[in-house]
Amino acid sequence: MAPDGVHLDIRGVGKSFGGTRALDEVSVAIRIGSVHAFVGENGAGKSTLGKIVAGVIQPDQGELVLKAEPVSFGSPREALDRGIALVAQEVALVPQRTVAENVFLGAEPRRFGFVRRRRLLERFERVVAGAGFQLPANAVVGSLPLAKQQQVEILRALARDAELIVFDEPTAALSAVEVQRFHEIVRSLAGSGRTVILVSHFLNEILELADTVTILRDGRVVRTAPAAGETEDTLVAAMLGRSVGRTYPPKQHPPTDADVALRVRDLTAAGVHGASLDVRAGEIVGLAGLVGAGRSELARAIFGAVPATAAELTAGAAPLPGGPLGSIRARLTMIPESRKDDGLLLRRPVRENVSLASIRAFSRFSLVRRRLEAKRVREALTSVAATSALETQPAALSGGNQQKLMFARALLAQPRVLIADEPTRGVDVGAKRDLYRLIVDLAAGGVAVLLISNEVEEILGLSHRVLVMRAGRVVAELEGDRMTEEAILAASFGRSLVAAG
Amino acid sequence: MTETTAAEATPTGQAILARLRWAVRKGGIVIPFIVVFIILSFISPSFLRFQNIANILDQQAGIIIVAVAGTLVLIAGGIDLSVGAIYGLAGATAAQLAAWMGTPVGIAAALGVGLAVGLANGLIVTKFRINALIGTLAMSFVVSGIGAIVTQGNLVVVLDHPDFQQFAATRIVGLTSAAWMMIAAAIAVSVLLSRTTFGRYVYATGGNAEAARLGGVRINTVQVATYALSGMAAALAGTIDASRTLSAQASAGSFLTFTVLTGIIVGGTSILGGEGSGPRTVVGCLFVALVANGFNLLGLDPFYQQITLGIILLLAVGTDAWSRRLS
Repeated sequence: MAPDGVHLDIRGVGKSFGGTRALDEVSVAIRIGSVHAFVGENGAGKSTLGKIVAGVIQPDQGELVLKAEPVSFGSPREALDRGIALVAQEVALVPQRTVAENVFLGAEPRRFGFVRRRRLLERFERVVAGAGFQLPANAVVGSLPLAKQQQVEILRALARDAELIVFDEPTAALSAVEVQRFHEIVRSLAGSGRTVILVSHFLNEILELADTVTILRDGRVVRTAPAAGETEDTLVAAMLGRSVGRTYPPKQHPPTDADVALRVRDLTAAGVHGASLDVRAGEIVGLAGLVGAGRSELARAIFGAVPATAAELTAGAAPLPGGPLGSIRARLTMIPESRKDDGLLLRRPVRENVSLASIRAFSRFSLVRRRLEAKRVREALTSVAATSALETQPAALSGGNQQKLMFARALLAQPRVLIADEPTRGVDVGAKRDLYRLIVDLAAGGVAVLLISNEVEEILGLSHRVLVMRAGRVVAELEGDRMTEEAILAASFGRSLVAAG
Repeated sequence: MTETTAAEATPTGQAILARLRWAVRKGGIVIPFIVVFIILSFISPSFLRFQNIANILDQQAGIIIVAVAGTLVLIAGGIDLSVGAIYGLAGATAAQLAAWMGTPVGIAAALGVGLAVGLANGLIVTKFRINALIGTLAMSFVVSGIGAIVTQGNLVVVLDHPDFQQFAATRIVGLTSAAWMMIAAAIAVSVLLSRTTFGRYVYATGGNAEAARLGGVRINTVQVATYALSGMAAALAGTIDASRTLSAQASAGSFLTFTVLTGIIVGGTSILGGEGSGPRTVVGCLFVALVANGFNLLGLDPFYQQITLGIILLLAVGTDAWSRRLS
């Protein structure tokens, strides 16, 4: 045991992604044998900190001191060699292989290059005996439920003699019973002298499991304190707070008798369990909630990108025909969450990217009228304040300019309803301001906007009304004075034992 | 068309490198082609004769027709390994039915065979979500097998049907009708790709299928259409070559698939989809043909020709990978 009982000392760690400061001067001491929770809003930096500890991400500033010895991890492998393992949100296993093979993946007992199967099973039994839970050695991992796969990951960490295990949102996808089981495992890990770091946004879970809590906000530590002295209310209060330097255009409320432009009743799709909402013409409705609450899933289901069933799904007066093309024709457009994966043709010119959804309008007898196309695209780029040449490839543009292309594409399709999923993610401050202006102007022009954002502040700054989603449902509607960060967070986190499903 | 908006983005070092890669990709094969062309005209006086050029175009007609259609398939993110089999079966069909029922019936039936197999390929890849490489490879076995059964492995010979020969071998302004059909096909595909909405959808589908789908492109329809066109092009090529030689064999296309693929890739179309062009495929195919022609004119061992071809192909794919790498 280190002299001061500190397992890992995080000293002045800073990390930036592009222009965004994810962590700033973060210092936390993790005691040996404790369960230490990192808590904060979406984007507060808790996951980033967990990943730095496990060597997945390298810090820009600061240092890690492991049992009084300064260390730096170039990769998760190096962290693992020093006894630190990460159990990530998404399991990283080979689904076709067995439990035992996965547990010893890359560290198989072998002789002359051949795996010694009996030795492998013996070792597996030994690891299982020390873990306090049982798993079938020869079961194929892909056939196991997610909770069991997570246990395979835990065994893998134990098989490498990990003394510090970082869990990143471990219970987000587990059922209530599985969550209980997981809690028992964490307690037994701590009981056997191991240190656990728990990155979670389930407050009750943190209060139940953790010895110590570090609350993060905007990449900084608000405080590190014993969990026994905290309640859900004190945690939420500490997570609140306003970052400086953001300005939002003044809100222009739509007329109260504006028509409902988008009506969704009892929509069910993967990750969405009976969601209902209305958006009126000229209204900006913010859709808040935690990561995994089903916001993007709902957006994609409304747009027709994934199959969905709904009691009612209408844009304007007519039911949506289903499918992206049908939605675009019904003048409902979506700006998807990931512009790189689902939005842009990174290697086609800007011109083609912007005109993609409305190319039929620029063609005669299916021949593209290139001059008309260029003219309209240039107009659209000007109206979104984008500074990109028509023939540039989007791959060479900044995040802000890429996102503006997505808005320009949406504008050309002349939407009556616009769903914007995380429109300002990975965008610099200047471009953010442009995009806010754009969203407000669109609404002022009569477009119904459904805005999804992980930044509660952004939602509050732009929306006329806020809906909060949790576990695939719209659980709260906030308007006027009730639109506060506290109310949104309270509704997002819920108050009872939280478990999806 | 290089209009810019008011403020041009400032080029960084990275952007310049990206532009260089873009230029290499755009220009690509044209420069080596011109170099080889000039070298050949110097070392062989017979090379530049109109008759030699016209012969090359006539011989390459089938390959280039298949290749320009195959370019559509590749850009849309697929691949068609069944073109050789379709070429063989369609040639045999055209020859046999022309002998029995007349030339128009033979040609129409051959094109119908190509269309049917192409549509089947498209459905296999889109509806049944079978990997295009495996799906069209399997289809090539099926089609070859049908060809072997129908013709019982024999050479189909068309006698006493001069009109069937006229289909490909009529001379118009110095070039054969086969060469003219090839030129027409190359222009049609190039216009399709660069000027039509369908062309945009082809690039979008291969460049980022999910983005295309969310942008309102019917990606399955687009892919099926490219396979259908590829099948028809292979059938047309088989018919042309049957007409030229007045005979056909179902197994004739066994090497064609790879010759065509080589031409497309050397022309700079990406095996990963989303990029490529019709004219460059033509240049790519002609480049491969010129190299072969040069080896013949110089009287070199044909084995060296194969080695050279392999190296050219590797260089083409390597350049593609390099120009795609963006940090």
